[in-house]
Amino acid sequence: MIKMNKLYLFLIVIALVAPSIVYPVFLMKLLCFALFACAFNLLLGFVGLLSFGHAVFLGTGGYITGYLMLHTGLTPELGILAGTLGAGLLGAVYGKLAVKREGIYFAMVTLALAQLAFFFYLQAPFTGGEDGLQGVPRGELFGLIDLNDNFAMYYFVLAIFIFGFWLVQRTVHSPFGQILKAIRENEPRAVSLGYNVNDYKWVAFIISSALAGLAGSTKTLVFQLASLTDVHWHMSGEVVLMTLLGGMGTIFGPLVGAGVVISIQNMLSGGELGNYIHIIMGIIFIVCVLAFRSGIVGEFQKLVKKNFG
Amino acid sequence: MKGAVAYTIFASLGDVMATIFGINLFALSGQLLVGLINGSFYALLSLGLAIIFGLLKIINFAQGAMYMLGAFFAWMALNYMGINYWWALLLVPLAVGVLAILMERFLVRPIANEDHLYSLLLTFGVALVLQGLFTHFYGSSGLPYQIPTELKGGTKLPFMYLPNYRAWIIVSSLVVCFSTWWVIEKTKLGAYLRAGTENPQLMQGFGINVPLITTLTFGFGVALAAFAGVLAAPVYSVSPEMGSNILIVVFAIVVIGGMGSIGGAILTGLMMGVVEGLTKFFYPEASTTVIFLFMVIVLLVKPAGLFGKEA
Repeated sequence: MIKMNKLYLFLIVIALVAPSIVYPVFLMKLLCFALFACAFNLLLGFVGLLSFGHAVFLGTGGYITGYLMLHTGLTPELGILAGTLGAGLLGAVYGKLAVKREGIYFAMVTLALAQLAFFFYLQAPFTGGEDGLQGVPRGELFGLIDLNDNFAMYYFVLAIFIFGFWLVQRTVHSPFGQILKAIRENEPRAVSLGYNVNDYKWVAFIISSALAGLAGSTKTLVFQLASLTDVHWHMSGEVVLMTLLGGMGTIFGPLVGAGVVISIQNMLSGGELGNYIHIIMGIIFIVCVLAFRSGIVGEFQKLVKKNFG
Repeated sequence: MKGAVAYTIFASLGDVMATIFGINLFALSGQLLVGLINGSFYALLSLGLAIIFGLLKIINFAQGAMYMLGAFFAWMALNYMGINYWWALLLVPLAVGVLAILMERFLVRPIANEDHLYSLLLTFGVALVLQGLFTHFYGSSGLPYQIPTELKGGTKLPFMYLPNYRAWIIVSSLVVCFSTWWVIEKTKLGAYLRAGTENPQLMQGFGINVPLITTLTFGFGVALAAFAGVLAAPVYSVSPEMGSNILIVVFAIVVIGGMGSIGGAILTGLMMGVVEGLTKFFYPEASTTVIFLFMVIVLLVKPAGLFGKEA
């Protein structure tokens, strides 16, 4: 445990000095996607539920925050709160429907529900259709701190990420989280022990979707943009890839996976290789599934266990 | 007197036919036709998914990409090799089927014993690669494919104009779907398949080569998607996006129907196409979402699906 605390301390120190070395907007993008992946990992890694439509919560949070910031002059923390609650609410509705089916069906139901929302956002008057919501103001945090400064914005995003990360850890290590793991390992047994499995899955789904919404809301403020890209199934696929590549069911897997995927995208975008992005993502998927199912962090942990355990 | 009334009724029948309750029948039947065509594609794709699921217990996320591949292969065959539509209709599903067999053998089978979510992710990766490749080489704007000369033109029916090619799509896909259903439900080969669905170990014990049947089934299920792709090439422009768009709808249809029954998959596909067509006529704004909404209702009322056996 002490080891773990030291590691956290070390990471936080790195995170605090990082923006003076690396471009802050890139770091903020990374943190938003890492939070998104952590939220997703709560479902896939700890309950064993593969949601193939998680982008819908990212996008919904973004749209709500974007709309409120543009049209009501809300302060950013309230805008983000509203986006998070909105995504959580949608998660409550979608989750209730999705937990009625299991396994592969669950993945298909979530994908179809997300597509339903995609077409809704495409036609709805308040989302700006194909253009999205542009020029969303970042505003002033608590009416005091001007977030147009990238450094101020970065530390705000970092605080949000740490909160989200902590909440996921807290959930996983709570008695509630233990039951989630029991469901993942042996669902019929959990049922026979008297747990209402569907309700547990449902609550986990709501937490996960609200956190995904938090990531989306924050991302909208960072880029001052909410668009259809965030609700598209490609985005749902990306978060699956981040989690799988990093190592699902591990603490740092989503963070590492998001880091790798975002870095690859950044390297390819703009260059001649931009066209290859989906091909490369697809190949990473195939390789991960065939040879690398524990992901980077998972394989690393195995290695450590083998040599030092 | 009676005769006169009858005559008046008869004479105005044409006008009455054209509009009943203020509904334009020409437009309605036109949308119904489009619905039936889409329904045919849905039926072929969900039938393929259901057959594969029966034996392998996996969902092929690349089914949409294989449909796209079918359309592109038909286009490439015509433009690079001068192979006409009719040969393409035969050869392209075979070629895509062979690709699918290779995919099953070298990608899907190694992880057959893992959690089935992995095979979903694997086939999703294959779909991304295929879509990415065709976007890279052919762009995303879409390519035209001519209707074969034999099927150009159309027939004028009392209430609508029926283009021959559209009739051909519906008839040929119904024939293929029904033949598949017949083979699976009524023949010895189909009995093997159904037995394999119930208990593969036992069937292996009887000396039947289950891995071979599994591979061929995967190939056939995918070939159905490629067949739908060739059929679709002349009516929709051939584009890399065509596969993923239709696949998500087909997923919803599979959830609606449940994958327990072959006939159910065909019927649900056709039905949802018609529902979509009707929505396009009565409330076009909801035409892209109506199937998903239908899925929500089914999940609320009968979570196992209309033809499903278990949750």
